[in-house]
Amino acid sequence: MPTVTITVNGKAVTREVEARTLLVQFLREHLSLTGTHVGCDTSQCGACVVHVDGQAIKSCTTLAVQADGSAVTTIEGLADGQTLHPMQEAFREHHGLQCGFCTPGMIMTAVDFAKNNKNPTEAEIRQALEGNICRCTGYHNIVKAVAAGTAAMNG
Amino acid sequence: MTAHTGIGAAVRRKEDFRFITGAGRYTDDINRPGQAHAYFLRSPHAFARIKKLDTAAAAKMPGVVAVLTGADVQADKVGGLICGWVLKGKSGEPHKAPPHPVIALDHVRHVGDQVAVVIADTLAQARDAAEAIVVEYEPLTPVIDLRRALEADAPQVHPEAPGNLCYDWEIGTPKSEVDATFAAAAHRVSLDLVNNRLVPNPMEPRAAVGEYDRGTDELVCYSTSQNPHVLRLILCAFILGIPEHKLRVIAPDVGGGFGSKIFCYAEETVCVWAARKLGRPVKWTSDRSEAFMTDAHGRDHITKAELAMDANGKFLAMRVDTIANMGAYLSTFATAVPTYLYGLLLAGQYTTPQVHCNVRAVFTNTTAVDAYRGAGRPEATYVVERLVEAAARHLKVDPAELRKRNFVPPDAFPYQTPVVVAYDSGNYANTLDEALKLADYAGFPARKAEAAARGKKRGIGFSAYIEACGLAPSAVVGSIGAGVGQWESAQIRFNATGSVFVNTGSHSHGQGHETTFAQIVSDRLGVPIDQVEVVHGDTNRVPMGMGTYGSRSLAVGGSAIMKACDKIIEKGKKIAAHLMEASVDDLEYEHGIYKVAGTDKSVPMAQVAFTAYVPFNYPPGLEPGLEESAFYDPSNFTYPSGVHIAEVEIDPDTGITTIANWTAVDDFGNVVNPMIVEGQVHGGIAQGVGQALLEGAVYDKDSGQLLTGSFMDYCMPRADDLPSFNVGMTHTPCPHNPLGVKGCGEAGAIASPAALMNAITDAIGTEIQMPATPEKVWRAIQANSSAQAA
Amino acid sequence: MYQFEFHRPKSLAEAAALLEANEDAKALSGGQTLLPTLKQRLASPSDVVDLSAVPELKGISVSGDTVTIGAFTRHVDVAKSAEVAKAIPALSQLAAHIGDPAVRNRGTIGGSVANNDPAADYPSAVLALNATIHTNKRTIAADDFFKGLFETALDAGELIVKFTFPVPKRAGYAKFPNPASRYAMVGVFVAETASGVRVAVTGAGPGVFRAKEIEAALAGSFSAASLDGVKVPSAGMNSDMHGSAEYRAHLVTVMAKRAVAAAG
Repeated sequence: MPTVTITVNGKAVTREVEARTLLVQFLREHLSLTGTHVGCDTSQCGACVVHVDGQAIKSCTTLAVQADGSAVTTIEGLADGQTLHPMQEAFREHHGLQCGFCTPGMIMTAVDFAKNNKNPTEAEIRQALEGNICRCTGYHNIVKAVAAGTAAMNG
Repeated sequence: MTAHTGIGAAVRRKEDFRFITGAGRYTDDINRPGQAHAYFLRSPHAFARIKKLDTAAAAKMPGVVAVLTGADVQADKVGGLICGWVLKGKSGEPHKAPPHPVIALDHVRHVGDQVAVVIADTLAQARDAAEAIVVEYEPLTPVIDLRRALEADAPQVHPEAPGNLCYDWEIGTPKSEVDATFAAAAHRVSLDLVNNRLVPNPMEPRAAVGEYDRGTDELVCYSTSQNPHVLRLILCAFILGIPEHKLRVIAPDVGGGFGSKIFCYAEETVCVWAARKLGRPVKWTSDRSEAFMTDAHGRDHITKAELAMDANGKFLAMRVDTIANMGAYLSTFATAVPTYLYGLLLAGQYTTPQVHCNVRAVFTNTTAVDAYRGAGRPEATYVVERLVEAAARHLKVDPAELRKRNFVPPDAFPYQTPVVVAYDSGNYANTLDEALKLADYAGFPARKAEAAARGKKRGIGFSAYIEACGLAPSAVVGSIGAGVGQWESAQIRFNATGSVFVNTGSHSHGQGHETTFAQIVSDRLGVPIDQVEVVHGDTNRVPMGMGTYGSRSLAVGGSAIMKACDKIIEKGKKIAAHLMEASVDDLEYEHGIYKVAGTDKSVPMAQVAFTAYVPFNYPPGLEPGLEESAFYDPSNFTYPSGVHIAEVEIDPDTGITTIANWTAVDDFGNVVNPMIVEGQVHGGIAQGVGQALLEGAVYDKDSGQLLTGSFMDYCMPRADDLPSFNVGMTHTPCPHNPLGVKGCGEAGAIASPAALMNAITDAIGTEIQMPATPEKVWRAIQANSSAQAA
Repeated sequence: MYQFEFHRPKSLAEAAALLEANEDAKALSGGQTLLPTLKQRLASPSDVVDLSAVPELKGISVSGDTVTIGAFTRHVDVAKSAEVAKAIPALSQLAAHIGDPAVRNRGTIGGSVANNDPAADYPSAVLALNATIHTNKRTIAADDFFKGLFETALDAGELIVKFTFPVPKRAGYAKFPNPASRYAMVGVFVAETASGVRVAVTGAGPGVFRAKEIEAALAGSFSAASLDGVKVPSAGMNSDMHGSAEYRAHLVTVMAKRAVAAAG
């Protein structure tokens, strides 16, 4: 079996995995980082979004072996201890979540977006969330949260 | 302090920290030592006889623990899945209830039906082995279409249900009287309506883990359930035949339900059964493709709806004939949805004196259909509000004006409808006026003209909905077939140091109960909100409860909490009186402080609680401790109402509908947390917009294959499909529950499809069926322009 | 997913050797199509050859009238490239709207074109811009490359190394996304090139194709108005629950007009 070394949330981990192991399985099953979720099997829903080398990707559509040598950040690695990341804080403040299942992927997508878009319009935010499906919120408060979180990150 | 966190405050949610940091604990996050994984082999056919099923090769595959079939289920005397609502048809006979095996026996009846289950050390091994199971099918001709199912020569889904008819049911004014009114009426409008089949698609797929403790003979079932006690009851008493005290059902964080997680399904049944049989924890997690095939779907009606009016547009009678799809098997509450949850709402917000509704429910070779957000009430609102808008067009009367002419007036409550229910309270014209203002209805003609100048067709549409939720007096629902009561439980347990557990029988899967319920308790008992812990979703930690569905948690579960608070306050009064050496009768109580009237003596609740557990200076004869339970059985449904106004713009070149504005003004009575309530409205609107514009489960009508089997083909609303919403509220308190609240969870999904379809019809001048896909809209515009040219 | 051997070659030669050594091997580029296929057990390669460490496949450059894009260039890199935006803005626009942001952060132009999904965006640009496909063995003209549904001129084991796009006078792309999957239901790329007007349509048919009717109309005058009344035959177009062939054919003209307008 291949061996992978991936820096996950700042810590290097080395594991033997079957080549067919998806990155999301590696995170959830091998590392017990269950904050990253699986909501579909066609790469549509975005519940599994994590950052690989700083960029948002769908961890259900990436093999763990592809991430060998990379740095992965998951939702668990976003806050600084009890101090929330500004995007997390914005989701709480603006009620940008209900059941919470899509939320980790939503936040990880939003953080990457905010890094690249300092002052987005509502339409740009909605487009940026095209790959993240939420069934609870109607997106209204997620859009507000992303706007506020983006402003806070770039403020 | 309580001023900011009590009833009415937009308190930020207590539960959010774990969700935004990835520390939520959903069923698939739970792994038990020694756990094996279940993978279901499912039918590729819509209807077939199983000629041969050979699991021998699969059983020898690496990692396989067992391969179990319907025969194994039967051999272990595991019962079939049940429908818990006995519906009596016109003739008084109960609905047809064909067997619903946990794993198929001789026939499969829809694509995705369980054929066998492989249990292996890893999921990949289970899936590998499933490919080694040999099944020979004799494919049979399936029946998919609703009307076709009722034809004399249609294939028969079940021998127990001749003609594929599950029941033929009616309600309301006698048909002959309604017919006579129609015959004499000055105006009549009629619509043929399709209420499209939807797939609920909560983002968390269903999952279950079964675990057995040989030493204590206890079973645990972790499940993505909206109502763990009901699941326990069904699993124990009806399917597995185990005593209720030996099964603990835990529904941890649940990632949305929308009705689809109310029901008892085959998969959790298998996990529990197999865990005991095999002596190992057994885990199953649905993938999205399985969810499409096996989660109970929603809606799926075809209806002929008619409205009779007098010369002034006063509604005289409504006649509704509906065929409702049950799918291949009856899901847990399937029979109630297109009947009591539908027909009882057909009076809408109007004084229509006569309503007759007939429903025929049919079996087809499709996935089971059951409650989905709104459950029957969106279908009813769709019928009523499409008809009213058609009537306004027919009469050339402003649709807002026509509604006002027919609204139940505010002084008429309680208002007895011709379809059994009596509305508790409402002020419909007031809500409509608020909505008209918020939507700038007066400015619509100018906006339409501006859009036309850009080559776009702009339309506006209303939906004035009524909902009956917060199910409801147990005796009433029992008399119409419900298998369980409809009360709710609460238990308030003080700790000696003043913090509180609130154990509720309702279940939160996104609704924010941990915050809303804590607000109530904090407000009533004066306990800081961070000292209140709301516990739900574990049959061993909370008293028997009914769970969450039908917008019932606050109206029924919250009322139970209020009752338990009252009991705490009563008992505390005796302790406080003793501490202050005063008479109980002289005590006043407010927000956690006991005072002796007319003095400056007071004792806070925290001191009372401490004294209750350290009872050194204590009223003689009084039990120590401060813990109370309450059960609340409502005296009526609650009847939230509201008006949604959709404004759309259509691109005639492509047929794409864009929502330009959305206005919702809802009357939920009193509101505990407006932020959470607005969030519920937003989400409901999105699901209703999804139904009207995007979503629809499509089966191939010949083969019965599910063509919309993934998010690649089933169109889920995404952020860029929707606008931000203008949400307003009016407040007519519910007169019969202690909080004065009405349910809010389903309203958006109930109101929005009719509003959107009315707006599209307004824009293009033609009736089309949901979902209003770009091609349908484009074709309607084409047909219109060629008709005008001709 | 079935089991497979995973390889991450460090050079083009090594990658080619791995693919040639085993006819059941599959090249893995961004993986945004291959991995969903594997997850659904629709393919069972013996070996998966990850191209991410092959240096020859990377990079964007513009020299003179030619834009060169390496096969392992992600959509996000094309979308964000100032050089591409300056030379062929329609190409960066197209790249900026493929899939969603997370897909664009991994999906590559080489993977998209080699897979030739009938609903992919890039094939329309490659065909309309008359690009040249450079493989590890030869060069192939765009007109000779696409062979219909998931079929290309690539031989087994042959790898796309880079694309060269001649800079057009002007070009534009407009797509009507499938409302569910967001793939192109109809995407039209129009280009006024040195060799005339070229119009390529994706999503509407079993593979990308040139719309001769549109090209003829635009050859006279490269304006949206010249497409008024131009009809594209619906015969052979895809027909499914999202759109009939007739509707798709209609949308080809609508999207062509919008693409022309976008081309300026």
